[in-house]
Amino acid sequence: MVRYWGGKVVSVIVSLFVLATATFFLMKAIPGDPFTQEKAVPPEIKAKLMAFYGLDKPVWQQYLIYLKKLLHFDLGMSMKSQYQTVSGIIADSFGYSFRLGIFAIVVSVVVGVALGILAAMYHRKLIDSVAMVLAVLGVSVPNFVLASFMQYVLGVKLGWFNVAGLGGPLDYVLPVIALSALPIAYIARLTRSTMLEVLSAEYIKTARAKGLKKRAIIFKHALRNGILPVVTYAGPMTANIVTGSVVVEQIFGIPGLGQYFIASVSNRDYTLIMGITLFYAVILMIARLLTDIAYGLVDPRIGLRSRKGASG
Amino acid sequence: MRKSWLLVLALLLVSGTVLAGCGSNKSSSKDQVFNMNLTSEPPTLDPALAQDSVSFTVLTGLYEGLTRKDADGKVIPGIAETWDVSDDQKTYTFHLRKDAKWSNGDPVTAHDFEYAWKRVLDPDMNPASPYAYQLYYIKNAQNYNIKTDNPNHISDPNQVGVKALDDYTLEVQLENPTPYFLSITSFWTTFPVHKSAKDNPAWAAEANTMITNGPFKITTWKHGNEIDLVPNENYYAKDEVKLQKVHFVMVKNASTELQMFQTGQLNFAGFPTGEIPTEQIEKLKQTNKDELRIQPIASTYYYNFNNTKAPFDNANIRKAFALAVDRQQLVEKVTKGGQQPALGFVPPSIKGEKKTYREEYPDTGFMKPDVAAAKEALAQGLKEKGLTSLPTVTLTINEGTGHKQIAEALADMWRKNLGVDVKIETQEWKVFLKNRQNLNYEIARAGWSADYNDPMTFIDMFTSNGGNNDIGFKNAQYDELVKKAYATADQKERMQLMNQAETILVKDNMAILPLYYYTGVYMVKKNVQNIAMDYQGMVDYTRAYVQ
Amino acid sequence: MKDNRTAAVTKQMFKRLSFRPPAEMIAGESVPMWRDVLRRLVSNKLAMAGVVFLVLLAVMAIIGPIISPHDYFTNNLDRTNEPPSSEYWFGTDSLGRDLFSRIWMGARISLIVGLAAAVIDLVVGVIYGGIMGFVGGRTDEVMNKASEILYSIPYLLVVILLLVVLEPSMWTIILALSVTGWINMSWIVRGQILQLKNQEYVLAARSLGASGSRILFKHLIPNTLGPIIVTLTLTVPSAIFSEAFLSFLGLGVQSPAASWGTMINDALASWTLYPWQMLFPALLISLTMLAFNVFGDGLRDAFDPKLKK
Repeated sequence: MVRYWGGKVVSVIVSLFVLATATFFLMKAIPGDPFTQEKAVPPEIKAKLMAFYGLDKPVWQQYLIYLKKLLHFDLGMSMKSQYQTVSGIIADSFGYSFRLGIFAIVVSVVVGVALGILAAMYHRKLIDSVAMVLAVLGVSVPNFVLASFMQYVLGVKLGWFNVAGLGGPLDYVLPVIALSALPIAYIARLTRSTMLEVLSAEYIKTARAKGLKKRAIIFKHALRNGILPVVTYAGPMTANIVTGSVVVEQIFGIPGLGQYFIASVSNRDYTLIMGITLFYAVILMIARLLTDIAYGLVDPRIGLRSRKGASG
Repeated sequence: MRKSWLLVLALLLVSGTVLAGCGSNKSSSKDQVFNMNLTSEPPTLDPALAQDSVSFTVLTGLYEGLTRKDADGKVIPGIAETWDVSDDQKTYTFHLRKDAKWSNGDPVTAHDFEYAWKRVLDPDMNPASPYAYQLYYIKNAQNYNIKTDNPNHISDPNQVGVKALDDYTLEVQLENPTPYFLSITSFWTTFPVHKSAKDNPAWAAEANTMITNGPFKITTWKHGNEIDLVPNENYYAKDEVKLQKVHFVMVKNASTELQMFQTGQLNFAGFPTGEIPTEQIEKLKQTNKDELRIQPIASTYYYNFNNTKAPFDNANIRKAFALAVDRQQLVEKVTKGGQQPALGFVPPSIKGEKKTYREEYPDTGFMKPDVAAAKEALAQGLKEKGLTSLPTVTLTINEGTGHKQIAEALADMWRKNLGVDVKIETQEWKVFLKNRQNLNYEIARAGWSADYNDPMTFIDMFTSNGGNNDIGFKNAQYDELVKKAYATADQKERMQLMNQAETILVKDNMAILPLYYYTGVYMVKKNVQNIAMDYQGMVDYTRAYVQ
Repeated sequence: MKDNRTAAVTKQMFKRLSFRPPAEMIAGESVPMWRDVLRRLVSNKLAMAGVVFLVLLAVMAIIGPIISPHDYFTNNLDRTNEPPSSEYWFGTDSLGRDLFSRIWMGARISLIVGLAAAVIDLVVGVIYGGIMGFVGGRTDEVMNKASEILYSIPYLLVVILLLVVLEPSMWTIILALSVTGWINMSWIVRGQILQLKNQEYVLAARSLGASGSRILFKHLIPNTLGPIIVTLTLTVPSAIFSEAFLSFLGLGVQSPAASWGTMINDALASWTLYPWQMLFPALLISLTMLAFNVFGDGLRDAFDPKLKK
C-alpha cells in the first residue's frame, strides 16, 4: 500500500512538472505581454515594469526561477491585479465555482443515472422515449442559449429569480440547471446504453431465472457494472465543473475560476495562467484518482490490476 | 439503496440551509444606494498605478485631487481652494483648504501631494507607474523618472518642480507653459496618497489597508465580485454627499447587465465601465426614453492604414478607401449609438481656444465622401502604382461583436463601391496589438481616447517617433508643427498649429481613416439625480442621490 | 455476435488438435455480421428518420445557398433585422443579410467542423484508449498520464498559438478542436476495455492463440461500441459548440462566413427583439443533434443483436 501511494505521488509530481514546463513555454510563445495595451506605455517605463516582474530575463531563466518558487509552493503575484497573490485569487474564485459545481454534479449524476435506468428498464416503451427526448434536449440546446432563455423568462419576465449574482440559495437554481443540462443528458445516455448491455448479460439472465425481482436485479447487479462508463466520465466532468464554466459564469455574473482563467490568458497574466493551470491539473488528478478508486469499488478485478500496474 | 438516496437528500438540504445563511442583498429603490457594474475587477486602487476606466471609476469616489470637474467639464476647486498662475504660465501655486481630512482623520496637506507626485515619478517605484508621463509637464520630472540609459538623469528628488511651501501651499513648476495643466490636476494619477503607503507596498490591494481623502471610503472589496463604498465622515463637504452606499458589481455579460438594470439590481448601466448591447439601443430609445442617455465623448474610432506597405503606401489609394465609406449609414444602421461621423481625428468634445476645437476648426473640409470621387482616386492610385486592379485587401480587427459588424459593413461598402475584395481577419486582442505595433497589417482597427482636454492628446500621437504611431507615418513638417505647438503659450496660435498638423495627417495624406466620434451610451434610473459624465466619458457619482 | 463466435470456436476446437490454425479463422466470417447490422438498422424507423433528416440537411447545405435569391454576405443596411417574409425566407440579420443563405452556409461549416472533429476523435481516441486499456501496466500508466497532462494544458493557449502560427481558417479550428478532443473518448474506451478484457470470452480467445491486436480490434472494441457511439454522437455537438465558444472569444470562423454557433452568438444579445435570428440556427442545431442521437441509438442497437427481442 505504501509503495502504491508512493508511486502515485511520484507520478503526480512528474506530471505536474511536465505540465508546468509545457504550459510555461507555450504561454511564452504567444505574442504579447502583460503590458501590451492600446495606449502603449513609454518604452522606458515598460522596461522598468518588465524588470520588476522578471520578464526582462531570458525565458529559460524565467522558467528556472518559476520552478524554484514552485518548489516552495509559491505561485507568485498576479501581474495584472497589483499586489494580489495568485493563490489568493484562486482561493477566492474557486470558492464560488466549487459551491456551484458540487450542486451541479450531484444533480447531474442523480438525475442522469435515474433517467438512464428508467430508460433501460422500460426499453422501447414510452418512458424510454420521454427520458431520451429530455436527454437529447440537454445536449442539443447550447448552454448559453438555455442560460439566457432561463434568465430572461424566469428572471426578467416572471421575476422568480435574480438575474445575476450568488447572494441567496435561490440564486443557485438557474446556474445549476444551465451547468447540469449537458452532463445529465450525457450520463443518462451512457447509463442507458451500458445498462441495456449489462441487462442482456448471462449473469443477469441467471439472476432473473432465479426469480429475482427486476428492481433488485437493477440495483444489486446491473447498476454495478452499468455505471462504469459514468464513473469514467464523471471524473473529468467533476474537474471541469468545479473549476468553473466560463459561459455560465459570464451570463450569471459569477466571479468564478473560469472567468479568471480566460481573463488571465487575455491579460497575459503569466503567473495567474500558470497557477490556474496547475491548480486545475491537481483537481483533475484528484478526480481521476477517485475515478480509479471508484473503479475498484465497482469492479474488484480492475482495482487489483490498477494497483498492481501502479506499483510494478 | 433507499438509505443512500435519503443521504443525498439530507446533504442537499443541509447545504441549502448553509447557503441561505449567506443572505441576499437586494435593496429597495428608495434607499440611497447607487448600484453600478464595473464589468471586471479593478487591477489596482493605487492612484499612481491606475490606468483603466474601471480603476478610475472607483478612485473617483475614494479620492479627490487639487481640482475637480463640474458637469460641463469646467475645472472647479477640489482640495485646492484657489491657485495662482505666474505670467510665463510656468509656475502654479495651489492654496489648499484647511479642513480637508483623510478617512482616518489626518489632515490632507501639501506634503501629501508632494509625496504622491514624487512617488509616481520615483525611478525606483515598483511596479513603475505606467501613467508617470502624465506628470512630465513638471520641471525635471522626466529626467528624474527615467534612470536607465538617460545621461541627463537627475537623482535628487528635490530638483523636481513640485514643492510644499508649507502645509497648505503647493508650488508646481513646469517645463513648458501648459495651458491644460489645470485639467491634469483632477486626473487620477495626481491624487494624493497617504504617507502610510510607504510602509506597506500592498496597501491598495485590500479594503482594510486603504486610507483615502475622497467623498467615500471603501468598506468591502471582494475580489472579482463586489466593492462597497460608504460616505467618508471626515470629508470636508460631507453634507454634499447624499448616497449612503455605492455598490459595485463585476458582471461581464452586457445582456445580463441590462437585465439587472431592468429588474432593479442596478441603477446605472452601460458606459464607461459597462456596455448596452448595440441591437437593444433602438428599442430602449422608445421603451426607456427617460433612462437612456447618449453623450459624445472625446474618443475617435478609426482605421489604421499601413503607410509603409503596398498598396496603402499610396495616398490616393488610401483616399479612395476613405471616400468610399458612407459614415452616416454606418452610425445610423450599424453602430446605432448616436455617434457622429468623423472626417477628422480630434473629437468634438475637446476644448479649443474659446469654444470647442471642432467648432473653431470643422472637419468638413478634410474630405467629401463620395463614391465617384473614391473611384477616381482609386484609378489614379492604381496608375501611380502601375496596377490594373487591387489584390485582396486584409482588414485586421480584434474580437468583439461591434468591431466585427463595422468591419463587415465597411468590407461590403468597399466591395460595392470600389470593387475591391476585402478579407476580414479577427485576432485575439494582444496578438492584434502586437501585429499593429509591428506594422504587420494592411488595414487595422483603432481607437483613441483623450488623456487631457486638449487637441494635443490626439495630435502628438503621430509624430515620427511617437510611441503610439503604429501606422508608419513619418512627416517632417508634421513633427515641426507639433514641436512648435508644444513651445507656444498662446492658445490661438497653438490651435492653429495643431489644425495645420491635423490637415496634413487627414486631408493631405489620409494617413488614417476616421470613422466616427464615440458616444457614451448609458442608462440611469429615473429617480437617480446628479450623475455627471465628463468629456472623457468618466462618471462622477459622488454628488448623486436617489429621489 | 457472441453466439456466432461460440459456435465457431466449438467447430475449431476439433481442428486445433491437428494443426495450429491462422488466428483469422477463429472468429469465422464477419461479412454476414455487417449485413445483419445494416438490415437491423434499416428496420429501425426512428433511426432511419434521423438518417433521412441528415441527408436532407446535407442536400440543403449544398443547394440552399444556390436556390436562395440572395447571397450570404451582401449587406442591405436599409433592410436590417427584418422578420421572415416572402422575400427573405428566414428574415435578415443586423446588417440586412439574408438569413436563409447564411443558415445553409453555416450548415456547411458546422457540419464539416462537427464531423471532422468527430472522426479524428474516433480514430485517435479509440486507438489510444484501446492500447491503454488492453496493454495495461506501465504502458497504460504512462499513456494515461500523458493524456492527462495534455488534457490539463490550457486549451485556450493552444488555440491562440495555433491561430498565430497557422492561417486562421476552418481547418485550423478543426485542428484546434482535435488537439484535446479525443482524450475523453480514449478514457471511455480504456475504462470499458479494462472491464471487458478479463471476461471469459476474451480469455477464451486468448487461450486459443488469438494475437493481441486481434483480440483488441475483433473482440474488445466491438463490444465497447455502445459507449463509443454515444460518445461520438455527443462529440459532434460538442465540436459544434466548441467552435461557437471560440467564435464567442473571436477565434472562430472568419467573417463574413458564419457557423450556426456564431449566428446564435451574434443573436444572443437581441433575441428577445428579433427571435428568428436565434430560432433558426438553434432549431437546426437541436434537430441535427436529435438526428445524430437517434441514428446513434439505432446503430448501437443494430450492433447488439441480443437486444432484439
